[in-house]
Amino acid sequence: MNMNANILRHPAAVGPTPELKPGPGAGVIGSRNDFPILQETIGGKPLVYLDNAATTQKPQCVLAAEVAYYSHTNANVHRGVHTLSQRATDDYEAARGKIQRFINAASHKEIIFVRGATEAINLVAQSFARPRLAPGDEILISAMEHHSNIVPWQMVCAQTGAILRVVSINDSGEFEFDSYARLLGPRTRLVAVTHLSNALGSIVPVERVIELAHGRGVPVLVDGAQAISHIGVDVRALDCDFYAFSGHKIYAPTGIGALYGKAALLGAMPPYQGGGDMIRSVTFEKTEYNELPYKFEAGTPNIAGAIGLGTALDYVSAIGITAIAAHERDLLEYATGLAAGIAGLTIVGTAREKASILSFTLDGIHPHDIGTILDHEGVAIRAGHHCAMPVMQRFGIAGTARASFALYNTRAEVDALIAALAKVEEIFRR
Amino acid sequence: MSDLRELYQEVIFDHYKTPRNCHVLDCANHQADGYNPLCGDQVTVYLKVENGVIEDLSFKGTGCAISTASASLMTEALKGKKIAEVEHLFEDFHQMVTAPDTTPHPELGKLEALAGVREFPARVKCATLAWHTLQAALKNQKKQISTE
Repeated sequence: MNMNANILRHPAAVGPTPELKPGPGAGVIGSRNDFPILQETIGGKPLVYLDNAATTQKPQCVLAAEVAYYSHTNANVHRGVHTLSQRATDDYEAARGKIQRFINAASHKEIIFVRGATEAINLVAQSFARPRLAPGDEILISAMEHHSNIVPWQMVCAQTGAILRVVSINDSGEFEFDSYARLLGPRTRLVAVTHLSNALGSIVPVERVIELAHGRGVPVLVDGAQAISHIGVDVRALDCDFYAFSGHKIYAPTGIGALYGKAALLGAMPPYQGGGDMIRSVTFEKTEYNELPYKFEAGTPNIAGAIGLGTALDYVSAIGITAIAAHERDLLEYATGLAAGIAGLTIVGTAREKASILSFTLDGIHPHDIGTILDHEGVAIRAGHHCAMPVMQRFGIAGTARASFALYNTRAEVDALIAALAKVEEIFRR
Repeated sequence: MSDLRELYQEVIFDHYKTPRNCHVLDCANHQADGYNPLCGDQVTVYLKVENGVIEDLSFKGTGCAISTASASLMTEALKGKKIAEVEHLFEDFHQMVTAPDTTPHPELGKLEALAGVREFPARVKCATLAWHTLQAALKNQKKQISTE
């Protein structure tokens, strides 16, 4: 494993791509060499990957962990008496332990492996919320949720007659606490909010959100899909009831993620799906469900993915989420300063508390055109509504261009973004 | 840069910045809405068809340079055309923006300005949104059509 415990490497030690060395005063965390894909060129230009909010790249150690699993361990978990099955089970459960420690959960029983944050939220919607909801009950979300923290609640509302209420955001893209306090009412049965907005970069004060909800006996789900790789998450300090995240946004493979839930809540919930591994005994008359967390893991899981996720969390922990956050804050501030100097550029999402995301529009230039021209310069960004169409409607726009940062990005890459934006201007304003 | 210049030709910018026939057509007897959920682009195409001929057509919507210019160029190209010809033109147009070969398509006239799209597969749907919507309008399809 090419893991580096040094928090900040000397710039000279950074990757062989000279254009991407960090500028003075800007450290690169970990090493760009840890991420093989960063050596790619796009149309002859070095890849500048700034679409990390969509998915992050994977370090060599994660790739190696998957290959090693399939080369030396592959077998089904929790089933066989043979050596490989035992080894696979040990590695899979060790990965669960790594997630537990990473988010400081009280027990491994509180960590459910899922496909990603989307499945985690659907699980809570169907297994936790649905049986408890009566017509007229309310679920409270915010106006800056990703579709994955909107649609599962709309579905459960349609199934039960419950009502979805939406906390407003202000013109900076900040969660309006007054609106929240007003909407949190006697019929509110659950609050589901993002920790970090994928479209705006706003950080939601989830500690305060949870405190107020708990004061009224209302449980809270936090959608941590974006936050997990940028903000230290301590589920016990937050006292959240559920926390959902995807592995692929924190340097792990796609198709694996985790749901944290308080054991008391998970224990009282019916299973989400039926199948193998989630049962204790089955007869045609009666099935007894397995204990936590297996009750929620029907079928053969994504074993290699889970092991890859555990490895990715080791990698992040070795660098330190605090150091990563500081590095990304530097990049975001640097990029924000330069972007603000571009005529016709409007930053969408200017919350005081932000992380890692720079969403913007250019007057008279559609985000897709920006995306195409940037791609031609090797700069990968996201263009569109970012699966958060209500956010776009809130700001009266069809979409934005979004640059999002990860631990391996550099100030030189921000410079490449700004230079590519100048190219957009050159082409469109001629 | 050559690919980009090919994509963002002068005529594309002209039609993006000053789209032709970009208004509601009051006398329309066919119309349909098109939507590209990937980017949020929306277009409504209005047609006045008499005796199998498109007597007039227009569009309204929001979109990128490629989709707006494509809609604008389409309305110019199809005014006065027979319905039967429209199908052939769309086939040729679709081939031009998707086929790897660079065979000229003189029959497409000004629509050839969109040939550069073939180098940008992610943008083919931008170029064809108005055309798909036009087809829906001809069939009087009520449901919004989608590129996905």
